[in-house]
Amino acid sequence: MSTAFSAANFSTQSFPLNHTSTTTHDSPLVFAKPTSQFLRSTPKLRLSSFSKLNLSRRSGTVVAVSDVVKQKKSKSTPTLLITKEEGLELYEDMVLGRAFEDMCAQMYYRGKMFGFVHLYNGQEAVSTGFIKLLKQQDSVVSTYRDHVHALSKGVPARAVMSELFGKTTGCCRGQGGSMHMFSREHNLLGGFAFIGEGIPIATGAAFTSKYKREVLKEADCDHVTLAFFGDGTCNNGQFFECLNMASLWKLPIVFVVENNLWAIGMSHLRATSDPQIYKKGPAFGMPGIHVDGMDVLKVREVAKEAIGRARRGEGPTLVECETYRFRGHSLADPDELRDPAEKAHYAARDPITALKKYLTENNLASESELKAIDKKIDEVVEDAVEFADESPVPPRSQLLENVFADPKGFGIGSDGRYRCEDPKFTQGTAHV
Amino acid sequence: MAVIFQGVGAAAALASSPSNSFDSNKSVFAPRRSFSVRKGASFAVVRSDGTVNLNPKDRRAQLLISNAVATKADSAAASSSSKPGHELLLFEALLEGLEEEMERDPHVCVMGEDVGHYGGSYKVTKGLAKKFGDLRVLDTPIAENSFTGMGIGAAMTGLRPVVEGMNMGFLLLAFNQISNNCGMLHYTSGGQFTIPIVIRGPGGVGRQLGAEHSQRLESYFQSIPGIQMVACSTPYNAKGLMKAAIRSENPVILFEHVLLYNLKERIPDEDYICNLEEAEMVRPGEHVTILTYSRMRYHVMQAAKTLVNKGYDPEVIDIRSLKPFDLFTIGNSVKKTHRVLIVEECMRTGGIGASLTAAITENFNDYLDAPIMCLSSQDVPTPYAGTLEEVTVVQPAQIVTAVEQLCQ
Repeated sequence: MSTAFSAANFSTQSFPLNHTSTTTHDSPLVFAKPTSQFLRSTPKLRLSSFSKLNLSRRSGTVVAVSDVVKQKKSKSTPTLLITKEEGLELYEDMVLGRAFEDMCAQMYYRGKMFGFVHLYNGQEAVSTGFIKLLKQQDSVVSTYRDHVHALSKGVPARAVMSELFGKTTGCCRGQGGSMHMFSREHNLLGGFAFIGEGIPIATGAAFTSKYKREVLKEADCDHVTLAFFGDGTCNNGQFFECLNMASLWKLPIVFVVENNLWAIGMSHLRATSDPQIYKKGPAFGMPGIHVDGMDVLKVREVAKEAIGRARRGEGPTLVECETYRFRGHSLADPDELRDPAEKAHYAARDPITALKKYLTENNLASESELKAIDKKIDEVVEDAVEFADESPVPPRSQLLENVFADPKGFGIGSDGRYRCEDPKFTQGTAHV
Repeated sequence: MAVIFQGVGAAAALASSPSNSFDSNKSVFAPRRSFSVRKGASFAVVRSDGTVNLNPKDRRAQLLISNAVATKADSAAASSSSKPGHELLLFEALLEGLEEEMERDPHVCVMGEDVGHYGGSYKVTKGLAKKFGDLRVLDTPIAENSFTGMGIGAAMTGLRPVVEGMNMGFLLLAFNQISNNCGMLHYTSGGQFTIPIVIRGPGGVGRQLGAEHSQRLESYFQSIPGIQMVACSTPYNAKGLMKAAIRSENPVILFEHVLLYNLKERIPDEDYICNLEEAEMVRPGEHVTILTYSRMRYHVMQAAKTLVNKGYDPEVIDIRSLKPFDLFTIGNSVKKTHRVLIVEECMRTGGIGASLTAAITENFNDYLDAPIMCLSSQDVPTPYAGTLEEVTVVQPAQIVTAVEQLCQ
């Protein structure tokens, strides 16, 4: 795909190539060092610059993470990045995400779910790579492309599917829908329809974590928040404002950019003056990392470091994951603008196929074990659909129930009683 | 839960728990002093000052009205409590309320521009940062949308933030977060997350502050479902509303006024709150119901002096709760006087007065003798020039004329 810029743009944006320090074997990470003084960088980070290794788009001359990993593996004795259990867990989570989204598409075209549905196919490595490292008390904030984040965080597939069908057994009682997945139990703080508006929420959750530790003296509170958002969001004011505040107060948050290059039909390169989003981290005093988002193991390694930083109180990190969505922006998007060659390029880097290959080649799992997982997931998804189908729709009485946490907020009626006492309120027929 | 109505004696006043589970057995309002009357019948009316008027329609006989000036029912009762109370200015009352709540509950925190080291641009948070620390009284960068969103995220995860807009107008930048997240999140999450946030700040037309610093946002925010809006007007209700708002599980927007911060009043020493959903009877009367809030209350009371001298007996109600309206207090008043004048500082179009007119017409149309009159600010960006600014807002003379017109 031809682009409007040339390689010359990249060479002018120089990067501190000559800073090096010792590396550890098991962190094939490449970090952009913040150039400001106040942030003390940990010595084990190796610094170099790099850009995306996409041959059809630009001629970068620098090393990407994938190459580093390959070099490392050939030089030293093969150290596997995951154990068998971890591998199977990752595989299962990604397959669940993929199967679920495929089922959503089917259900949508059969008229079981409506509105705007944004599917995550192709990006599973990011969700799995990050969220599977979290504890239950850690928080996740997402965008409208949130089904798989919900599933990775532990929200049952049944609850998500019911929510999509608009049934009362959904995780949000049918009141949220595809773009507003919430779960108090699993600390999924949404699901937001407007891009960027979840980032301040995530910053607030991270603030609470710091507040609990420092003001409420809950010394062991090290909850981390992950904020997921896309490339389009990175041109939005809320993104920059929150990068500033998170870095200023060293909040335990990781900003994860799922750069899939397209904001509906707007190419990232046409919308952004400097398309390298990870470089914007150091401008605010936090490390900025770029990682191949189609490779779950690389994402996981980066995530470990970033989440670890946050947990230790060292502050936020900006992680840019180069990823791709195999489907259109939403089920209503005809997806005509994207070059088929680009799609084919990324389809060849399907994260599930890649992990499968890694597991089988390194004898961590056999084909039959993986097939068994595929089958199990199919059953889970089928069960979720069945459950959602059989669930009841919300009754009318549910209409006014969650508008206020304290229903006295509806006010005092002309008879002197609070309006929420009026039986029409519980029936949902009162007019507010 | 005990709902504390202003002016009720100290014993009942101390709220025990911050939870607001509604107990329908407890009465949620104090006995009112208004009496429902039938149109045209002759009756005796016992007035709040104890005098009995046998013929309320004879205005000339009412030259001896003693309580022409604002006597608030609540302060009369408040001073009947055992302790003498203490005098302070409105901004100090807000500060006192905020400080008491912060002492009471360590989850209460403040966020805003210059709230910490500077003490707040109107000194509402003076001294709090020294006392509670920089994290509990957080000086934010100038990013309203993001720090309001941060407050909402913090509220969802267990804190009780009080977000200050340095000037209410700045909160226009936070409209995204206030509308989408603050108002709607409890609903779209199916009730899973509560947002016990208080968003407050000074608004209203000041003294030649220019158009952008003289905005009234109550009309813009009133449509947002899921929020409550209250406007304070006296040190007593400022402290009471601040405390009630912080204790409420709902998101509350507390509107203060730039010109009212230096009002002085004696308030009780003991703990009290003002109910968020109730209106305040400022001056009971017979002839006309004047509904107002915030600074216009004082213009109305000034006009009331003139009106009383002319023989009118206006009933003045400070509606206080801008969303939802207290239809009980308002309704009882309409049923008594049959004439309504709304005096507000909002703009004409789509303002609080417009909504209130609709609400009264819908609910009490049969009781009205005349169409509802609504005096609002002109639909004009507030000019800088003093002479022009003066005529942008409603002045007491206009109120007097309106009442005369209404009572013809």
